[in-house]
Amino acid sequence: MKYQPIIGMEVHVELSTNSKMFCGCSADFFGVAPNTHVCPVCLGMPGTLPVINQKAVEYTIMTGLALNCQIQPHNVFARKNYFYPDLPKGYQISQYELPLCLNGYVDIETEESDTPKRIRVRRAHLEEDTGKLTHVNNHSLVDLNRAGVPLLEIVTEADIHSADEAYAYVTKLRQLVRYLGVSSGDMEKGAMRCEVNLSLTDPETGEWGTKVEVKNLNSFRSVRNAIAYEIERQTKVLSKGGTIDQVTMGWDENRAITFLQRTKEGDTGYRYFPEPDLPPLDLDPAWIEEIKTGLPELPDAKMARYTGDFELTQKEALVLVEDRSIAEYYESVVAVAGDAKGVTPKLVSNWVSGELFRLLGESGRNIADVEIKPARLVALIELVNANTINQPAAKKVFGVMFKSGRPPQEIVEELGLQQISDEDQLVSIARQVIADHPDPVEQFKAGKETVINFLVGQIMRVTRGKANPQLAEQALRELLQS
Amino acid sequence: MELYTLTIHQAQEKLRYGETTSVELTESVLERIAQVEDKVGAYISVQEDLALQMARFADERRATGEDNPLLGIPLGIKDAIITGGVPTTAGSRILEGYIPPFDAATVARLRQAGAVFIGKTNTDEFTMGGSTEYSAYCLTRNPWDLTRVPGGSSGGSAAAVAADEALGALGTDTGGSIRQPASFCSVVGLKPTYGRVSRYGAIAHGSSLDQIGPLAKDVEDAAILLGGIAGHDPLDATSLNAPVPDYVVEMKRGDGLKGLKVGVPTEYFVEGMEPGVKTAIRAAIDKLADLGAEVVDVSLPHTQYGIAVYYMIVTAEASANLSRYDGVRYGLRQDGVDMWDTFRQTRETGFGPEVKRRIMLGTYALSAGYYDAYYLKAQQVRTLLRRDFEQAFEQVDVMVAPTVPGVAFEIGEKGDDPLQMYLIDVLTVMLNLAGVCGISVPCGFSEGMPVGLQIIGPALGESGILRAAYQYEQVTAWHKQKPGIG
Ligand SMILES: [Zn+2]
Repeated sequence: MKYQPIIGMEVHVELSTNSKMFCGCSADFFGVAPNTHVCPVCLGMPGTLPVINQKAVEYTIMTGLALNCQIQPHNVFARKNYFYPDLPKGYQISQYELPLCLNGYVDIETEESDTPKRIRVRRAHLEEDTGKLTHVNNHSLVDLNRAGVPLLEIVTEADIHSADEAYAYVTKLRQLVRYLGVSSGDMEKGAMRCEVNLSLTDPETGEWGTKVEVKNLNSFRSVRNAIAYEIERQTKVLSKGGTIDQVTMGWDENRAITFLQRTKEGDTGYRYFPEPDLPPLDLDPAWIEEIKTGLPELPDAKMARYTGDFELTQKEALVLVEDRSIAEYYESVVAVAGDAKGVTPKLVSNWVSGELFRLLGESGRNIADVEIKPARLVALIELVNANTINQPAAKKVFGVMFKSGRPPQEIVEELGLQQISDEDQLVSIARQVIADHPDPVEQFKAGKETVINFLVGQIMRVTRGKANPQLAEQALRELLQS
Repeated sequence: MELYTLTIHQAQEKLRYGETTSVELTESVLERIAQVEDKVGAYISVQEDLALQMARFADERRATGEDNPLLGIPLGIKDAIITGGVPTTAGSRILEGYIPPFDAATVARLRQAGAVFIGKTNTDEFTMGGSTEYSAYCLTRNPWDLTRVPGGSSGGSAAAVAADEALGALGTDTGGSIRQPASFCSVVGLKPTYGRVSRYGAIAHGSSLDQIGPLAKDVEDAAILLGGIAGHDPLDATSLNAPVPDYVVEMKRGDGLKGLKVGVPTEYFVEGMEPGVKTAIRAAIDKLADLGAEVVDVSLPHTQYGIAVYYMIVTAEASANLSRYDGVRYGLRQDGVDMWDTFRQTRETGFGPEVKRRIMLGTYALSAGYYDAYYLKAQQVRTLLRRDFEQAFEQVDVMVAPTVPGVAFEIGEKGDDPLQMYLIDVLTVMLNLAGVCGISVPCGFSEGMPVGLQIIGPALGESGILRAAYQYEQVTAWHKQKPGIG
């Protein structure tokens, strides 16, 4: 491709505080009856005043620190003025010249390179959300449950160069806010909303193209698709010698196209000025330090530890780190296993990202509801290590544990799954199997090595899966070669 | 003697000794309103039944042994202050019929104390004006001369108190809106330090300047009312978290004004000041010296920029504060052909000319390309003005000046000349810009119309200005003169 895409992103993250940004109303608005979580303040009634929600400030600082930002000790809220029925006061309380977080970065994984790519974060600031309009026939219905919900706006530098990078960035952002517990990060529920600023640069002249804004990106997929579409659209226009207008485009998910929303007027019309109802917010450095200390271990640090201390591969680690509660479960099992029992982090990883993930997926249950105590998963792995049960039996036991949380030893005994490791017994079963299957035996002797699996399978069948497969195979080979 | 002529502290005495009841007091005030209100026009609305109900309740509370200085006292509330369940219009058509679902913090405190609310007093629309002529509802006349304005924007409250249509009242002061009408109507008006009184429920005009304060028949009443409404409010982030002294006790401290250093800002004796005003103020200053105060000249060098800075900031803030009146949720809605047209029609119909003028001025001052030259510059000069006051208060305890360079003017005289109207505020806006407190007390007459002495104190210096005003009042009788309405 001739043109190089230059992309900056603005992501709005709805903070999951109990109450709204400037009043005591519940900040919960999803699926709530319209205009029930409202009060004189968030309805913008005459005479009402805002009071800052400290939790929202704390969540913003947490996110800022996770984004490697400098937290600004001196903060000023500002009014952003415009008329719209979903904006009760006729202005949005936001931050303009003095945001809470400045100059951070996020490292993302890309396909092209083994080393992560750094996306610089220009700023992150706190503001209030607007209400919602529903258009019915010729009317618009106003629901102000969402009006005043704390919103964190995170703005990157134009460091993103492809749809995949944008996708990786928002995915990483969601992972971070979920790790921090500051937002559900649910794009489908509007808890994360993306805007993209995209232009194409001519690599020969190095000239930046006209910036186009793309809005209405309501899913991760639409972020990727909209950018890919817009790159293609602009490339076509430019290739034909056309020009790009500075406009705002919307993304039509159903038709998978961008469409013209409005021509750009810039933020010159917003008449920002410092919010006189709120004194400047000067943060105590000790508080920032306290928040820093209380931050959970973040995905990047976990990755480093898993691939280092735990000797997991990048891929294994990535799967576990993805979700904080999974990672925490995994780590609690590793911690119980300790060093001595031969239950290595790698073995635990196999169980968590193998059987556990499979059953979670099948049952639709959440890791938080899983009743398998870490010590019991360790006990199960030990049973396998000690050859008390074989792998298929262990999976069966795990299935029962997943449903009931019961100890594995009990399940093994109840189901009679103890492995047959007695060599004499296995040799006599093997002898019988060889006698019963003359044709496969001939084939094996003629050099068809894989037939051994069939014969082992027959031993498993006879023992109802309880034979130690290694010992069974060993017995077969000895008899067949003698 | 009619009960309605009583001051708050006099009435309180009678209530305490069982010489009267709140119901009798309230009935007396309502009778007075019936007598003079068609001439004065102090109220936008009077809630007779509600007032009597509150009075009965106050009497019941007193019967259980309860007592406090405002229990059972009939008051007027400026209609720019939110009263739950009672129509609140801010003098504007755009809020016609609006009944708020909550009380202003000040109103809640007065309600808690057991005060009786007589009605909602007239105001310039959204408190924007200095004559109360810009009210969309009624014309308020000066009780001292019915052809003249009462001042504004708390003209209704000042006229109500002067005409004995309330024992006291609440007003709001953004650039002089309590002190100036107090001066014009010969009552006491106090603008507290910014943050001393909660703004929660004061319909916003200029958020960084607005304060609610009392209008009263004498200084002691002003002190009682201030004590009833002052104090920290968690719902107002700009409210100050400082203890509230007993102002009545504090103001009576000391031997005369011995030890008090009084500054006279030379810049406040402006050109064009009415000679009668100047004479009255000079005489008042002499009285303060007689009381033992040390009087010295001080300088507030940036005074000349006050009006310009004030109108830049107040219109900018107002332009945003008034954006919420869009017809979507409450008040007037004028349906248009589409959403934008509905906004436009609603605001076109609902706002009066002065409000529109100020919204346009403020919008302009905040617009990109003008912000730095106007709004930002004004904020910088405001810092200098503030510093003027800080430096002056390093030398003196209080300052004195005229409240207004002139007396109440004729109705309609300045209506067509907004700039003339703006200039009336020249000596009052400075206090709002600096965030300090001030009180206007009656100090004489010029050509038959009242003159007010403005006593200015530093931030949280209410006790000091009340003391100076109280001592002055003790040796003068201006506040005892009553207008002969008619
Ligand atoms: Zn609310």
